[in-house]
Amino acid sequence: MIYDIEVNNRKIKAYRGETILSALQRNGIIVPTLCFMKDLSPTGACRMCVVEVEGEKNLVTACSHTVEEWMKIYTHSLKVINTRKLIIEMLLASHPDECLYCIRNTNCELQKYTAELNVSERRFNNFSERKKNDVSGAGISYEPSKCILCGRCVRVCDEIQGVNTIDFIKRGISTIINPSFSKSISNSNCIYCGQCVRVCPTAALTGKNHIPYVLKNVHKQNTKLVAQCSPAVAISIAEEFGVKAGKDFSGQMVTALKKCGFDAVFDTSVSIDLHIYETAKIIAEKIKNNDKTTLFSSSCPAWVKYAEQSDFDLSRLSIIKSPQQIMATLIKTLYAQNVNIKPENIFSVSISPCLAKKYEAQREEHSQNIYNEVDAVLSVRELARLIKLSGIDFLKCEPAPFDEPFNIRSSASNLYAVSGGEAESILRTVIFMLTGKETKDNTYTKLRGFKDIKEISVKAGIYDINFAVVNGIKNIHKLLDEIKTCKRHYDFVEIMSCSGGCINGGGQPLKTSVEDLKLRTKIIYENDKKDVINKAHKSPFVNDFYNDTLNRLQLVTSFDELFKTSYKYKKVLN
Amino acid sequence: MSSIENDIKINIKNILKNSGECSNKEIADKLSYLKRESIPNAVITIGIGSSSIIAGAVDTLNAIKNYISTKNIKADVIETGNLGFCSEEPVIGVQLPGKNLVLFKRVDAKSVEFIFDAIFSNDIISNKVLCQVHNSLHHPWEDIPYMEDLPFFALQRRNLLRNCGFINPESIYEYIARGGYKSFVKSIINYPCTKVCEIIEESELRGRGGSGFLTGLKWKIALTSEANNKFVICNADESDPGAFTNIILLEGDPHRLIEGIAIASYATGADKAYIYIRSRHNLAYQRLNKAIQDAKELGLLGYDIFNSGVNINIIIKQSPGAYVCGEETALIASLEGKRGMPVTRPPYPAVKGFNGMPTVINNVETLANIPDIIDKGPAWFKNSGTFSSKGTKLFSLGGKVKNCGVVEVPMGISLKDIVFKIGEGVKDDNKFKALLIGGPSGYFVPEHKLNIEIDYEKLRDEGFSIGTGGLVVIDESGCIVEITKFFMEFTARESCGKCIPCREGTKIMSDILHSVTRKPVNGSGHETLERFKGVMQLEGLADVIKNTALCGLGKNAANPLVSSMKWFKEEYEEHIFDRKCYVNVCKQLRCFKIDAENCNGCNICFQKCPEKAIIGTVLQPHFIISNKCTGCGICYDNCKFSAIVVV
Repeated sequence: MIYDIEVNNRKIKAYRGETILSALQRNGIIVPTLCFMKDLSPTGACRMCVVEVEGEKNLVTACSHTVEEWMKIYTHSLKVINTRKLIIEMLLASHPDECLYCIRNTNCELQKYTAELNVSERRFNNFSERKKNDVSGAGISYEPSKCILCGRCVRVCDEIQGVNTIDFIKRGISTIINPSFSKSISNSNCIYCGQCVRVCPTAALTGKNHIPYVLKNVHKQNTKLVAQCSPAVAISIAEEFGVKAGKDFSGQMVTALKKCGFDAVFDTSVSIDLHIYETAKIIAEKIKNNDKTTLFSSSCPAWVKYAEQSDFDLSRLSIIKSPQQIMATLIKTLYAQNVNIKPENIFSVSISPCLAKKYEAQREEHSQNIYNEVDAVLSVRELARLIKLSGIDFLKCEPAPFDEPFNIRSSASNLYAVSGGEAESILRTVIFMLTGKETKDNTYTKLRGFKDIKEISVKAGIYDINFAVVNGIKNIHKLLDEIKTCKRHYDFVEIMSCSGGCINGGGQPLKTSVEDLKLRTKIIYENDKKDVINKAHKSPFVNDFYNDTLNRLQLVTSFDELFKTSYKYKKVLN
Repeated sequence: MSSIENDIKINIKNILKNSGECSNKEIADKLSYLKRESIPNAVITIGIGSSSIIAGAVDTLNAIKNYISTKNIKADVIETGNLGFCSEEPVIGVQLPGKNLVLFKRVDAKSVEFIFDAIFSNDIISNKVLCQVHNSLHHPWEDIPYMEDLPFFALQRRNLLRNCGFINPESIYEYIARGGYKSFVKSIINYPCTKVCEIIEESELRGRGGSGFLTGLKWKIALTSEANNKFVICNADESDPGAFTNIILLEGDPHRLIEGIAIASYATGADKAYIYIRSRHNLAYQRLNKAIQDAKELGLLGYDIFNSGVNINIIIKQSPGAYVCGEETALIASLEGKRGMPVTRPPYPAVKGFNGMPTVINNVETLANIPDIIDKGPAWFKNSGTFSSKGTKLFSLGGKVKNCGVVEVPMGISLKDIVFKIGEGVKDDNKFKALLIGGPSGYFVPEHKLNIEIDYEKLRDEGFSIGTGGLVVIDESGCIVEITKFFMEFTARESCGKCIPCREGTKIMSDILHSVTRKPVNGSGHETLERFKGVMQLEGLADVIKNTALCGLGKNAANPLVSSMKWFKEEYEEHIFDRKCYVNVCKQLRCFKIDAENCNGCNICFQKCPEKAIIGTVLQPHFIISNKCTGCGICYDNCKFSAIVVV
């Protein structure tokens, strides 16, 4: 039902049952909010969205009150403006005046509202001791003194991710957001998905900064600075420079990285092709042997950590390394061999849309060898900062191809950036392996889109192939329960901890809207459609690798070391 | 004794269905024994409750037991709850067969012997006696005032409290003998749910938790909300500094509450009820637990009560102790096992509460009123009180007043009567300064406003509120600014930290008040300016917090500040402009000086001063360096020659 309500002496249309805020937003009236998050339960914590409703004694919060037909609302009366201003001033009373040194300077929501509400002096001071920073986490740091306790991170962790690492602890002015028992993030069950960082309005939650490590190795003698770029980076990096989402900037990115001082820039998609091939081999073997166990993907490091700290049966997790680690090993073996340099002298940087990759890089399985497989991981945001720091006009960079030898990939590998893409690209190769024939139509729409759980059953010759895709870590239990009760059998389950996949990763640009996600998805599928080589096993690199390179490589490393990893249970505070 | 209990247990349905009257002569006799109308032996009652235990009642109890066993006297010793007259605790009662019950006050272990020596030879120690309790079946004592004649009790109308201090709270039989549980049985057998809601609505009983919402209406909303499950929650999380009404009821007459909850559960269609009680109220918890067990044993709780098909289970949940958990939505969150943080309303709990189901949350006092309303009818309840506020109201009277304790007064009585008649005025005949009504989120009432009647609307119109029923009397020696600061710090500390106005605002206000009540740290002009600026902001801050805070805790946090600034402005001005606290309460504003004529140089102050602010050589007059002095007053307390004076 639609009715007219009066807002600022004008009639606007409102739907029955919607909140005041949603009616206002639809009608182009901007009300500041700090704790509000679309589609999540309103908490009414920040009180910034208060509006005056005629007849109500107190101001009401627009985010939590539903509209009523009789309402006469004033969104910007003097009383309301002064109230909002005072609320911001109260927040600032205990907020450090460190904007100039702050990583979120110029894109901080608190700063934005401070300016919008014309706050020009510090009227209040809260003389409390500065709370301790938590820098223990591998992917995420927390600076409580900058925290405004809006609770967005708590809700994302609970309602969207279902991990429940953080909550409010203590009372009054000492309230703080912490993992259980006020322990550090490193002891907690945080999976470093980084969704909390993405929603934080200030710089309280930030990704771990790896730029200094990179800078130390720029133009360093006897050291090769090498980068590998994940496919989800090229489609979103330009957004950090003001370009609308939905364009592929991989060429410009390569040039920019070169200008930043990288000696070689490789495409992680190349190792994804190998990952597809190896995983498909296992699955095809399983199906041929009529083995009814389910293989769970292990390319999302956040999911791997989640599995390791829960009661999940780790033997079901794919033992194939994640693409980032395969590429890193290739760089330190094959590339080192090619350019005749010791692996220790290569500083290998992974550029990824993910904060959990920072955690994965320092897992003992990947770092306790003679050398680290990956030395530093930069998120999309960090890459943009590095490019700006190096004085490069990104949009004016001439496109350049990735460096040899890791530059030839299939378009299937790029699908890894979206939820369902891993399953789809593996499926293409599995069908080939089972039937020996190439399929004409390679689009599996059942695996596409933003649904929580996606399933597909394909007939390949005499075999049935059943795949499932879990989109968002919260939904994993739904699927596990289903498997446990034997309702369904799946040969392979793809799990991405962030809803939408890597295009929505914790290292992506902060202000990523659902629209942006759709545009990013679109460009990936469009590219796939155009490409001739759209299956991993058809990639020349893969063919070449198994015919020739692998033999050469086995002089310096073994097949297992190159492709396989192991998992073990982790004790964390739940 | 046990045979009496057995007989009642067997005849329980008969007794309760016939409204407590029993045709069976034998049973009737037993009930009258439990009512202590006819007793074979002397009965000694002693109030054991939180307030009397502090006053030493446990020692008194031991002394009584000791006395009886050594003197070989046949007497029953019964532990009751507290009478509510806290300043006269420990109170004991002695009832000799055929005689009126006599209450003695301030009975410590030492005085037990001579009081008992006297009374067992029919004599009364007059300076220890409190009063005698009227009973037409018994002979009165001569020259001993009746309970109703004491100023403390004269204006009270004790309905809720009538059993407190007289019955054994751990005995369900004594409660039944005095008419307990018949209202509940009457409701489930005679009335449909809607009828019970209607009776309560007709009685115009309003929530005693502070906001004064119509209880019957709340029940009706919950009853008519469609859901698989419904819940009743009793909010017994009383935790205001200066409020202790619920605890007296819980410890003195737990079955009254249980009956009230049972009726509420039946009326709203809930089969599960929770009592949310502070874990530190251990005695009340134990007595409630026992009460529930006993009621279950008699079939008054549990499944298919009295074959009526009604199921009611009561579960006690001990709260970890947070002030904000008295707020209903925070209480529900805490009960659900979450962090005790309020959520936005609407939806109200009566529509969507505990586990997302319709939930009625009532205060202890509200629920304790229910059995009487069902028993005596809404008209009886409406008899007392004012046009808009009916019935009686409990207050805990404390502070600098002669008679402290829990009082039950009819609505409409003036605050002046409570303080000066029931409370008999200010302690030590000091001058009255203010009355704080409603604890940390309450208001200061100045003397000229004391004529105001207790009534939800009238108090609200004058800018006050009943709140939780705490009344604290402040005399001329109290500093309003200091008390306001204390409450501001209390709310700042107890704020859940969710909404910005409450979390940050209360801290800012308490910081400003703090700066008002201390000397400048370095005396710079800048700091003075900041201090003035801070004071100028107070009203604006208070206004915004009141207008925007998420829950009642924040909305009312500034009440003491606003009302004290309104009525005691001059005291603030003294603190701000003169930097003086003329009642010498604000330690950090005090200045001391050594009177050289009286100082003989004993050197004690020099040694005791924690700030090393006193200099001087032995046997020579000493001096205080005023810049270093923090005003702690240790020197002042330790000087034996009155040489240290306040300036």
